[in-house]
Formats: sequence, structure tokens, C-alpha cells
Amino acid sequence: MQIYLPIAELSMNVFFLVGIGGAIGFLSGLFGVGGGFLLTPLLIFTGVPSPVAVASVTGQVVAASTSGALSYYRRGGIDLHLAMYLILSSTLGAFGGVLAFAGLRAIGQLDLFISLLYVVLLGSVGGLMLYESVNALRAARSGAAPALKKSGQHNWIHRLPFKVRFRASKLFVSVIPVVALGAAIGFLSSIMGVGGGFIMVPALIYLLRVPTNVVIGTSLFQIIFTSAYTTLVHASTNYTVDIMLAFLLMVGGVAGAQYGAKAGQKLRGEQLRALLALLVLAVAIRLAIDLFITPPDRYSLSLEGLG
Amino acid sequence: MMPRAGAYGGLLLALSISAASLAHAQAAHEEGIQIGLSTDSIAITAGFSGADLTIFGALEDADPLVARQGRYDVVVVLEGPARPVVVRRKDRVLGMWINMESEAFENVPVSYSVATTRPFQDITDPASYKRLSLGVGNIYMQPAEADQRPATIAEFTAALRQRKAATGLYSENVGGVQFLSQNLFRATVRLAPDVPVGTHKARAFLFKNGMFLKENSAQLEIRKSGFEQAIYRTAHRHGLFYGFLAVGLAMVTGWVGRVVFRKD
Repeated sequence: MQIYLPIAELSMNVFFLVGIGGAIGFLSGLFGVGGGFLLTPLLIFTGVPSPVAVASVTGQVVAASTSGALSYYRRGGIDLHLAMYLILSSTLGAFGGVLAFAGLRAIGQLDLFISLLYVVLLGSVGGLMLYESVNALRAARSGAAPALKKSGQHNWIHRLPFKVRFRASKLFVSVIPVVALGAAIGFLSSIMGVGGGFIMVPALIYLLRVPTNVVIGTSLFQIIFTSAYTTLVHASTNYTVDIMLAFLLMVGGVAGAQYGAKAGQKLRGEQLRALLALLVLAVAIRLAIDLFITPPDRYSLSLEGLG
Repeated sequence: MMPRAGAYGGLLLALSISAASLAHAQAAHEEGIQIGLSTDSIAITAGFSGADLTIFGALEDADPLVARQGRYDVVVVLEGPARPVVVRRKDRVLGMWINMESEAFENVPVSYSVATTRPFQDITDPASYKRLSLGVGNIYMQPAEADQRPATIAEFTAALRQRKAATGLYSENVGGVQFLSQNLFRATVRLAPDVPVGTHKARAFLFKNGMFLKENSAQLEIRKSGFEQAIYRTAHRHGLFYGFLAVGLAMVTGWVGRVVFRKD
């Protein structure tokens, strides 16, 4: 069944859109990522103009992360205090991102910039996570206690000033890295059409040493606000949010997120991290290949004023 | 200038038949061509996935002898609204394929669908097509900057046509024009699923023995239907409100999804 998308100005299959929304929603609930980093490239690949894909996916991310966060909230898996700091700083970052988005689009390098960001970020984040989680899995198998959060073991981040206590995360840390992380994620979020969970989750785990079970809920909670803000900014400056497209993706997404959150409870922290690392790496490799192999068509068209 | 097409079609048919019978009596032939659309606007609804548009037309003062020998040819074009387009070319830099050179064009028709009675080469010669800017390969595209090298412009123009053809926005339907009688013909042109909204121009070209005789045109408005149009208008006129609507819808959907599909 085809449906006409009024902003993207093309027809797409309803079941396809609900289906990919559902699959991505499952991963979203499982890993605490919004899923935008998978969904945006997928939509662009199927012919949705990239400005429309980026902006509409932010809408779907709001829905999937609301659904997932509600599930974690019930289990006490959200650090509201930490989330508040992240939300405020990421809003600032997102505003900067939307400005950069418009600028890059004007000079025709938006796609390149997005691809490079994906490859570099996903590649390094995925690689580091995979390395750590495989080590943790090995240690667990050989009988040693999981040793991610040793008391008394601190990195340089824990020596910075302006310390704040985050009770739910059992954390006493400077606000500087928290705010910097939030701002960076807000910036990326608006440029890449992603909630930033795939960076937020590892950063909270490894840099701030937040327990994995709190990380996922907090990340989802924060993503609701970042992506809601990004949706608003895209809607009012670029007019590229396709509410039909977003809605169909959402319908699948919210259902998938519930199943994902359920599945996530059955896995241990290091198993979850290893799986997320593999997923992130796979996307990075796929995008890197696209950058380096000869494209089937070297020419692309863009309508002035739409992208 | 174009009257309402619905009423026009019937009138046109009557006129052209009487004109054709009159033509018998006359020695010198001054053929003409008329087209009529069954509607002057098409609404794109939620289920739209492309469509075939039928355009009827008639020859005026056609020579029955020439018509019987099938030496009249008709080419019908449906041309979408013109918009500026930028064509970019990827080149290899440090091993990566990056958008480097670009060329901007003004007034490129967003869509261009053409139907003919016979294969292009059988109707007239390439020079005539070029003069008339007729056919996907001959659409005139005005570069935004005139000081570019002709070779570069030619390269990007060809790429532009090729991309448009690949996405189905530019299409050719050989045999898409059929004569129903000596004077009356029917043309079928393709509307792509992502056909642009706006004012489209239907043009009919009449050829006799490979010579271009006459051209006539009619206008067609393609617009989004009520609901789709309302969404589009709201998104553009009340962006912030639309954004809040999208976010609100997302949050409600998220909450409903949680309630309906709850797994714990």
C-alpha cells in the first residue's frame, strides 16, 4: 500500500516504513540509542531527500525514546539530575548544529560531512567499545568479577573542578565533561538526524563511569528532549519535517522499543555493550565503503531551496 | 487564455470534425492542431503512486490523403514547472569521493514526459527537434553562469538529463500517441510518483511528412489534495506550530505504544 508523503513529495510503501521503524525501535529499546544513525541513511538510500530524512527521523526518535524511557523510568533506570544537565547543554549544541546544517547544505558538502562524521565517530566509538566489552566478557568467563567500576579508580575527568553529586548514578563528578558531552551530542544530533545515543551511551559508561543499567534509561530520556528540540528547529527553519513519514516510522518504532527494552533486561551489561559495538562498527564500515568505492553515478542533483 | 477543459473537449471535437469536412472543399491546406484535457487540475491524494494522463486532441483541416497514408505525426509533451537546479560531480580526493565541481541551471523543468506517434527518428530530423527543444535530449537548460566552458556545460547538462531520466521524471513514450480516426488522436503521458506540484504545460506538436507545422498548448494544475495540501501549507506557513504538532504527536505515540505493547 503506497502513501504519498506531502513534504518529501513522493510515495512510499506503508508496510516498509512501519517495518523499518519497528526494527530500529527494537534496537533503540535494547541499547538506549535513538536509532537515527541507522534510520537516516536507510531512508536516504530509499530515495527520501536527505534534508527531509534527517528532519523527519528526529520526530520518530522522539517517539521511540519516549516509549523506551517510560519503560526504564518504571524500573528506576533514569538519573533525572544527570539528564537535566545533559538536556540543557545539548539544547545549546543543537542550535549550533542547525546553523551548521544550513551552511553545509548551501555549499553542497552536507552529505560528505555527515558521512565523515559517521565514519570517524562510529568507527572509534564502536572499536573502543568492542575492545572493552570483549575483555569484560573474557574476564567474566574466566571467573573474575566484572571490574568496570572499581572504587578508587579514577581517570583525569574525575580531577576536574565544579563537582556535582549524581545519586542515581552513584557519581561525584565535575559538570564540565557532562556539559561538553551534552553540547557535542546536541550539535551532532541536529546535523546527523540522530539522537546521539550511540555516542552518549559509551561516553557515559567509559568517561563518566555511570552504571550501564542507568545509562540506557538516562540516555533515552535525554534523547527525547534533544530530538524534540531538533524537530522544532528543523520544522521552523528548514520546513523539512514530514509528519506522515515520521508518524509511520513511529508506529513501528514505539512497538519495537518495548520489545527491545524487554530483551535488554535478559542481557548482561557487557553483552549489551559488545552487541552495540558490533552494530556501530558495521554501520561505520558500510559508510566508509561508500566513501571510498567508485559511486555508480558521480552526478547528483539538488533543487535549490530544498536541498 | 485556455478555457475550462471539460466543456472545451466536446466543443473542440464538434468544431474539428466540421472543420475537417470543410477542408475537403479547399485546395490549400492550412492544418492546425488542438488539444483538450479532461480536467484542468489533478489532485495528488494519499494513495498517489504515479498515473497515466490521457490528453485528447484533433487535427484541423487535415488532408485525408496524407492522413490515410499515416504521414501526420503528433508529439505531445507534458512539462512540469521550471525550477533552478544544481548538478554536482563527485571526484576522488585522497581516495574519497567528494562533491567537487558543480553547475547551476536556471529554469529546468522538474518533470518532462513526452509521447509520440512513432519513434523519434521516423518523425523528423535531429535539427528540427533541437530547434523546437523537443524530446528529453533537447530540453533547453539555461546555465546560471554564462562564463563556463561549453564542454563543462555540455557534460553537466547531459548528467542532469540522465539523472532525471533515471528517476522517471523525464520519460519518453514512443507510440503513446494514437490516432483514433483521421483527425482525432489520444496521447498518454506518464506522471511519475514524485511528479512536482504546480502548473504543468501540455504541448502538442504537429508534423507532416517530417515538417513541423503547428503547436498548441494547454495548462494543467497538479496540486496536493486537501489533507496533504493542508500538511504542506501548515509546515511552510506555521513552521513552529507544525514542529510542536510533530513533537506532540511523537510523544503521544510513544506513550500509547508503551501502554499497548508493554512487555514488563
